[in-house]
Amino acid sequence: MRNESLVSITDYSKEDILEVLENARHFEENPNRRLLEGKVVATLFFEPSTRTRLSFETAVNRLGGRVIGFSDASTTSSTKGETLKDTIMMVSNYVDLIIMRHYLDGAARYASEVSCKPIINAGDGANQHPSQTMLDLYSIYKTQGKLDGLNITMVGDLKYGRTVHSLIMAMSHFSPTFHFVAPDELKIPDDYKKFCDSKGIKYYEHDEFTEEVINNADILYMTRVQRERFTDLMVYEKVKDIYTLHNQMLENSKPNLRVLHPLPRVNEISTDVDDNPKAYYFEQAKNGVYARQAIICKVLGIKL
Amino acid sequence: MGELKKELKVAALENGTVIDHIPSDKLFKVVEILKLSDMDKSITIGNNLISKRIGKKGIIKIADTFIEEEEINKIAIIAPKAKINIIRNYEVTEKHEVELPDELHGIIKCNNPKCITNNEPMQTVFYIQDKDSVRVKCKYCEQVINREDIKLT
Repeated sequence: MRNESLVSITDYSKEDILEVLENARHFEENPNRRLLEGKVVATLFFEPSTRTRLSFETAVNRLGGRVIGFSDASTTSSTKGETLKDTIMMVSNYVDLIIMRHYLDGAARYASEVSCKPIINAGDGANQHPSQTMLDLYSIYKTQGKLDGLNITMVGDLKYGRTVHSLIMAMSHFSPTFHFVAPDELKIPDDYKKFCDSKGIKYYEHDEFTEEVINNADILYMTRVQRERFTDLMVYEKVKDIYTLHNQMLENSKPNLRVLHPLPRVNEISTDVDDNPKAYYFEQAKNGVYARQAIICKVLGIKL
Repeated sequence: MGELKKELKVAALENGTVIDHIPSDKLFKVVEILKLSDMDKSITIGNNLISKRIGKKGIIKIADTFIEEEEINKIAIIAPKAKINIIRNYEVTEKHEVELPDELHGIIKCNNPKCITNNEPMQTVFYIQDKDSVRVKCKYCEQVINREDIKLT
């Protein structure tokens, strides 16, 4: 069972990804299916993340399962110095599946090794957050009708943004063309460029967020430029507004273009974009429940 | 006369393993990695010996023990030029250089302070991504570390 855990998006092959997306589509058609009847799922959030936790718990509830867990580690025995291993070994004796979020990188991989029940990683520090990637993929698939050969433009913090990195890995199965738009300080790391090279994936780097870049895109994936990433706040002040999307910038964009954002957004998408039919970030979040229902079933080996 | 006897005892290994060409500053780390302190066989350690290839070298001779290649390859991360000689009946029967294995358990320390391996009592696991340039990747936090930044546990 333990090999069924989903820790990193690279745990899934192209076929696995397509299976999850197909099942997410079924769940969107009919979200209430009692496939987890009689099962108990733990949501262990050692670090608070309300949106992700509620999305997972909604998914379990719509599947007819029951949820136990905590949303903040300060109320648990990890504050008494209990190791992660002990917590996981204990909880895995109680439940059928563990969904966990942890502030340390690699915590979910380690948990999947010590647990006798499968683990779904709901974010481990700055490392991986595969269910976010899956809902991003589902959103792309749904809005474009396909995943192959798309022009994906990623904007903002491409250096630290884990959603960006995971999306690159996941999309690499589908021959995309990437456009990376970022200030010098937050450029895409060389490792990901090398990865694209090794897969024969075309990519272009831009330091300016121009209409020309937008007009070519099928997907505009916006991320937050965070002040704390900058050592020089003068540089932050200089670049923070350059990577903001305003409604008029979408005027000549492709009809099929959709704007995605992992949320929370601060000022990188102006609120005047929200009413544009090309703004997709709120529906994107809704897709998270369906994608998570599909992941939970796959991890538990439940066929639809 | 006594001196000579000692020297002969060191030089002549009837059966066992000789690890040669260890960089002098890494010798005791090799001792640690191979857990030689737990062995009860005769072990001879020489250090700061002159080597044409690497300047100063260390050498370890272990009597009556044939260390598995897999085990000894763990030292490749700190002594990539080390040479292994297997001695049987005073003859060198096998001679090879160490080679980096595909993964290393419990030898490298992860550089990422937020990595789970630095916060739980557990062993590190690193995958060797590139044996020539010695790039390693943490199994847990997935961070890649270049040769010059590798630290040992």
